[in-house]
Amino acid sequence: MNNLYFRNIIRFILLILLQVLVFDNVQIRGYINPYIYVLFILLIPFETPPWLLLISAFLLGFGVDLFSDTMGMHTAASVFMAFCRPGILRMVFSSKDYEIGISPGINDLGIEWFLKYALILVFLHHLVFFYLEVFSFYEFFYTFARVILSTLSTVLFIIIGQYLFYRKK
Amino acid sequence: MRQLFAFLIKNYFFFLFVLLEMMAFIMIANNSYYQGARMLNTANQLTGNVYQSYNDVFDYLYLKQNNRILAGENASLRAMIEKSYVKFTTKEIVIHDTLYKQQYNYIDAKVISNSTGKRNNYLMLNKGYNQGVRNNMAVVSSNGIVGIINGVSGNFSSVMSLLHAEAKISAKLKKTNAAGSVTWEGGSYKRGSLTDIPSHIRFRTGDTVITSGFSLDFPEGIMIGTIAEYNLTPGDNFYKIKINFSCDFNKLDYVYVVKNMFKDEQLKLKEFQHE
Repeated sequence: MNNLYFRNIIRFILLILLQVLVFDNVQIRGYINPYIYVLFILLIPFETPPWLLLISAFLLGFGVDLFSDTMGMHTAASVFMAFCRPGILRMVFSSKDYEIGISPGINDLGIEWFLKYALILVFLHHLVFFYLEVFSFYEFFYTFARVILSTLSTVLFIIIGQYLFYRKK
Repeated sequence: MRQLFAFLIKNYFFFLFVLLEMMAFIMIANNSYYQGARMLNTANQLTGNVYQSYNDVFDYLYLKQNNRILAGENASLRAMIEKSYVKFTTKEIVIHDTLYKQQYNYIDAKVISNSTGKRNNYLMLNKGYNQGVRNNMAVVSSNGIVGIINGVSGNFSSVMSLLHAEAKISAKLKKTNAAGSVTWEGGSYKRGSLTDIPSHIRFRTGDTVITSGFSLDFPEGIMIGTIAEYNLTPGDNFYKIKINFSCDFNKLDYVYVVKNMFKDEQLKLKEFQHE
């Protein structure tokens, strides 16, 4: 159990640093900004109590906010994403797959499940974030294009990362 | 009462969510540009140090390019000093007295974090309050203007880039002195727009756009960009002009913070105008 906490805390710090030092520099013509730090929320174990899920999402967003001068925006988007997670899990999760001790990653549940799960949650996160950043519906379609393209790129990076860092058991 | 508590506990997930979101929105509200970046400043010290050490590593990779830019700037500055002019008349008398007062002072700074792909972009510089940087000072690079200081901590400062929804720079055409304002409408970080140029003004693509000097922070005549394309809707009084920024926001490294020494005096006078 301690090991599990430890791994999540390390992942928390690594993802924030990776986001602000590497992925904040990935910007393609103003349309694509991958926010891969949300992987942390995707990978939180199923057994995590709901309050801890929300609080850790809050801290995660806050951490990224500190670095990118977007005070509150990443926080709001991350908390929203964490709030949606249990509902989305029920939606994409067929109960027969569930076993004690598995984690929500490609390893245990397969690429197809993970893709559905990640796409929906990352989309919700990006939707909140990009509209908060612009704070108006004035450039509605431009912003929406950014949401869609960034969601796709984020999920792409997340899946590549999953294959790179998690070995098959 | 007990039922209320039972209700709260049963739905605590939702209420905790609402509470946390409220905290996030309070943070957003307190940190919008107009109200000054207070939280930002305390955080600047911490994040500034992380960015600084990251930058120390990557500095070496760009040494060659930076040397070239600095050498180019040196050359242009050298061309401006007195010695490079030939005197055609001997009747002039140079008076070294108080006729000239320096209005603008420049503090050099290094960009330690930068973004160009968001709708609202910020930079962070490695100079802060202790080095004389204050809020609302202008930031320019050797190629053109960069932005305005919007938050200062002890040794770092945050710059609202020209690539920001709220950035609006008073500008003019170099040839005709027609005044307008430069904004950024998102998309490519190389393109901005120039508005408020009346339809009777004549200009061509490639014409230079410079700062107007009407604002208290930007000195007059600093390069902003060149006109890329323009059109005039029939019946409209103003041109729609796209400009190419002269400054490559993606490659910013060394910049100057501009200090207007007469700003307080000018501000006092402005207050007078409003009364």
